[in-house]
Amino acid sequence: MNSYQEPTPQMIKDQRIYAQWGLTDEEYRYIEKSILKRLPNYTETGLFAVMWSEHCSYKNSKSLLRQFPTAGPHVLQGPGEGAGIVDIGDQQAVVFKVESHNHPSAVEPYQGAATGVGGIIRDIFSMGARPIALLDSLRFGELTSERTKYLLEEIVAGIGGYGNCIGIPTVGGEIGFEPCYEGNPLVNAMCVGLIHHQDIQKGQANGVGNTIMYVGAKTGRDGIHGATFASEELAADHTQQRPAVQVGDPFMEKLLLEACLELINEHQDLLVGIQDMGAAGLVSSSAEMAAKAGVGLELFLDNVPQRETDMTPYEMMLSESQERMLLCVKKGQEQPVIELFKRYELDAVAIGVVTDNQHYRLYHQGMIVADVPVKTLTEEAPVYEKPQQEPARIQKFDRIPDFQPTITDGAAILLDLLQQPTIASKKSIYETYDAQVLTNTVVLPGSDAAVVRIRGTHKALAMTTDCNSRYLYLNPERGGQIAVAEAARNIVASGGQPLAITDCLNYGSPDKPTSFWELATSTAGIAAACRAFNTPVISGNVSLYNETNGQAIYPTPVIGMVGLIKELQHITTQDFKTAGDSIYLVGGTQADFNGSELQKMLLGRIEGRLMAFDLAVEQAVQAFVLQAIQAGLVASAHDCSEGGLAVALAESTFAQELGCQCQVEMPLSWLFAETQSRFILSVRPEHQSAFEALGDQGIQLQRIGFVTSESRLVMKTKTEQLNVDVKEAKKRWEAAISCLMK
Amino acid sequence: MKFAVIVFPGSNCDADLLWALTEILGETAAYVRHDEESLAGFDGVLLPGGFSYGDYLRSGAIACCSKVMAEVKRFAKEGKPVFGICNGFQILTEAGLLPGTLLTNQSLHFICKTVALKVEHNQTPFTCDYAKGQVIQLPIAHGAGNYFCDDATLASLKANQQIIFTYAYENPNGSTAGIAGISNQGGNVLGMMPHPERAVEELLGSKDGLILFQSMLTYYRKVAVSQ
Repeated sequence: MNSYQEPTPQMIKDQRIYAQWGLTDEEYRYIEKSILKRLPNYTETGLFAVMWSEHCSYKNSKSLLRQFPTAGPHVLQGPGEGAGIVDIGDQQAVVFKVESHNHPSAVEPYQGAATGVGGIIRDIFSMGARPIALLDSLRFGELTSERTKYLLEEIVAGIGGYGNCIGIPTVGGEIGFEPCYEGNPLVNAMCVGLIHHQDIQKGQANGVGNTIMYVGAKTGRDGIHGATFASEELAADHTQQRPAVQVGDPFMEKLLLEACLELINEHQDLLVGIQDMGAAGLVSSSAEMAAKAGVGLELFLDNVPQRETDMTPYEMMLSESQERMLLCVKKGQEQPVIELFKRYELDAVAIGVVTDNQHYRLYHQGMIVADVPVKTLTEEAPVYEKPQQEPARIQKFDRIPDFQPTITDGAAILLDLLQQPTIASKKSIYETYDAQVLTNTVVLPGSDAAVVRIRGTHKALAMTTDCNSRYLYLNPERGGQIAVAEAARNIVASGGQPLAITDCLNYGSPDKPTSFWELATSTAGIAAACRAFNTPVISGNVSLYNETNGQAIYPTPVIGMVGLIKELQHITTQDFKTAGDSIYLVGGTQADFNGSELQKMLLGRIEGRLMAFDLAVEQAVQAFVLQAIQAGLVASAHDCSEGGLAVALAESTFAQELGCQCQVEMPLSWLFAETQSRFILSVRPEHQSAFEALGDQGIQLQRIGFVTSESRLVMKTKTEQLNVDVKEAKKRWEAAISCLMK
Repeated sequence: MKFAVIVFPGSNCDADLLWALTEILGETAAYVRHDEESLAGFDGVLLPGGFSYGDYLRSGAIACCSKVMAEVKRFAKEGKPVFGICNGFQILTEAGLLPGTLLTNQSLHFICKTVALKVEHNQTPFTCDYAKGQVIQLPIAHGAGNYFCDDATLASLKANQQIIFTYAYENPNGSTAGIAGISNQGGNVLGMMPHPERAVEELLGSKDGLILFQSMLTYYRKVAVSQ
C-alpha cells in the first residue's frame, strides 16, 4: 500500500507547496481565483505547474519568438506541432526539429543525452515522417577537468547508444568547448524526417466520442517534473535532481516507430491524431491534443499501463517515462489498433474519450481527481515581458582596442590552431556513431554539411547545425545573424539551397535582465537573418536557466538548417580533388580578430567589438557560390570559419592529403582573421574562365593559388611565408581530442 | 534468385539489404518475420544488421531462439546459402551455425568507418566473383565485432579454409587473427561484421560490396545449370 498521503488543497496553499514546483504566488492565486474559483488539489496544482513551466508554455520567451518569420510558400507546417514541415516537391516534404536536453545530461549524461535523441525522434515520427538523420550540437567546458571528460565520454556514448540501436544515422553536428559550459553542458539533438504530403499528421483529438489510446512503454515514476527541472537553474549539488532524469530504451522506440508508421501509412482510416508524450508526459500530450481540436477530454487513469505499483494520478500525469505516444482513434476502431501494436509486442490501451465540454477531467478509482478547463492548461499560462538590461561587458568591449596579434611564425600558429578542441577533428567522436545505416548518407560527418540522398529522385538534403557563441557573447544581435549565416554557408558549400531553420535557444535565466536582454537582442538578429535568407523558423525549442552557481552560459542559439540539393551532381565537399585545380577566395578579408579562435588561444579569453557583418554581402556571396556549384564549375567548396583562411585551406587538403600553393596580399596574421562571408572554392582548369565570368556580381573574388600533389601547404603573404607539412598537420589535427581525453 | 531477409524486432539494416537486392542487384527479395515458420520458395536467406531485441542480454542471444531460426537451421542443413551481416553474424554464432563468438570491440567503443578487407578465399558461394587476395573497402558499424575463438577452432577454421575475410591493414576491433568473416565447414553459411549492403552504389562511396551479392547469384545460376 502507498502510505504517502497527498497534501490537501489547503496545505498546498498554506505551505506554498506549489512554489517548489515553480509556480509563483501570483500564478497560484490566478489559478485559484480566476480559473477554478476554488483551491486546486494536489494533482491539479501539478498539472498547472508543468504546463505553465517555461519548457511547455514559453511564458518568458513567447513575446520574443513572435519576431521570427514562420511562414512561406514552401512551409507546410510552422511551429506549434511536433515538428515543422517544408515542401521539397514531388509530393514530398522534409520534417525537422531540434531540442535541448541540457539539464538531464548535466546530471546523468548517458541517459540525459540518449533520451534527448529519443525524444526528438518521436517528435518527427509523430508527424507521420520516417526519421532519416540525426545531428547533435554539443557544448562543454574546457577539456581539462576530469568532470568534463566524463561528461563528453558519456554524452557521446548516450547519443550513439540510442541512435545506433534504433537505426537512424547520426550524420552531423558540432562540438564546442568554453569554460562557461563547465557546469552546464549543452546537448541539442536534431532529427530530420521525410514524408509524403498525404501522410502528414496533426496532434489533434477531433471528434466527440472518439477514443484516446495510449501506446508504447509503460509509465513509471521516472522524470516526474522533468519540464519544471528544465525550467530552473541547476542546483550546485544536482545529484539530488537525478530522479527527474528519464531512462531510455531505444529498442522499445524502434518498435514504437515501426508500429506508428505502419498505422499512419496503412491505416489512416483508423487514426484521427497522434502526439508524442514528451516533456510533461501524459498531461502535456493529452491537453494539447484536446486544446488544438477545441474539445474536452476524459481520461481514466486506472487504464494507464503502469510499470510500478500504487502510482497516484499526479505521478501518472507528470511522469516522463520514455517511448510512449498518445493516439486519437475513431470510436469503435480500437481493436485493429490494439492488434497492430500487439504484432510489435507493444501495449495499446484505450484510456479516454473526447468530449464536447472543453473540460479536462481525470478519473481514478471511481473518483474525479482533476477537472480544469482544457485551454487554461495550454493557452492561459501567463506571458511575461521580462525587464532587459544590457550587460556591463558590452560597453566595456566597445572601449577595448581591437585585438591585433603580432605573428612571426605562421606555421606554428596554424599547427596550434588545428589542435584547439573547437577546430580539431571530431573523428574520434563521430566514428562512434553509425552514420550510414539506411544507406542514404552521401556526405559523411566531417565536411561542411551532411548530405542525405532522397531515394527515387535526383535530389538530396543538406543539413547542419551551427552557432559560434563567442560572437554572441560579444554582440548577441550580430552574433545571432552570423549563426544563421554560417549555417546557410554550410548548406550552400554542400550545393544546397537553404530551406528553413529550427532553433534551440540556450540561454541563462530570463529572470536576470542581462540574460533576457541577450535573448531579446539575439532573437532579433536571428529573425533578421532568416528574413534575409528566406529561411523561416519552422520549429524550435527554448532552454533557459542554463546557469550554475549564478554563472550563465554564453548565449547559444543553435541553428539547425536543412537545404535542398536539386541534383545529385551538385553535391560538393570541402576537400581539394585534383592537383592543378585553381583555388579562389570569395569575399574580402579584414583584421577581424575579436571573438576569434586566435584571440582565445593567445589571450585565453574573448573580448572586444565583434567584427562587422553585412547580410546583403553575405547573401550575394552565397548566391554566387551556389550558382557556380549548380553550373558544375566547382570542384570543392568550404566556408572560412574558426581559424580563418589558413585553417580552411588546411582542412581542404586533409582528405586527399594534397597540398596547395597560395599567395595573398595581406599581413601574415590576417590568414587567421575570422572575417565573415568568405568561402574557398577550387575549380578545375577547364572551368576557370567560365567560373571567373560568373564572378561579376559585386563580390570580391580572387584566385589565390592552386592545388598541388605534394602534400605541403604553402602560403605567401606580403612579406612572409607559411609552409606546413600537410600529413603532419593532419596527424595533429586528428589526434588532438583523443590526446586531451587521456 | 529469391532472397528472404529475416526481420527480428530491432533489426535495422533490413530495409538497406532489401534495397540492395531488389533495386541494385535486380533480384527478388521479401521480408520474413522472426515468428514465421517457413522459408519455402526462397533460394537464399539473409540475416540483417541491427540490434535484435536491443542487444539485451548479449548480441544475438535472444534472436537466435526466434521461431524462424529453426527453419533457418533446416535451410542451412540443406546446403542452401545463409548469410548473416553484423548482428546477423552474431545471431549465427549464437545459433551454433558458425563457430566462435563476437566480443565487445577492444576499444570498448562502437566503431563506424570504412575499412580494407582481404578476400582470403574465393571458392565460396559468396566470394566467387572476387579475386583471391583482393583488397576491398567495406563499411563497418558495430560495438561487438571482436571475433574470438579458441586455438583449436582457429586451427580448424584455417585448415578448412573457413576464414573468408580478414581486415587487411588495420584490425579495427581486436578480432582473433584479424577475422572479419567466416563460413561453416560446408561453406554455405557465411557471417561477417562489415556491411556489404552499404557498398553497392558509387554515390555512397563504393561498390565493392555488390560483388558479394553478385557472387551469390553467379553461384546460384551455376548450381541451377549443373542440376
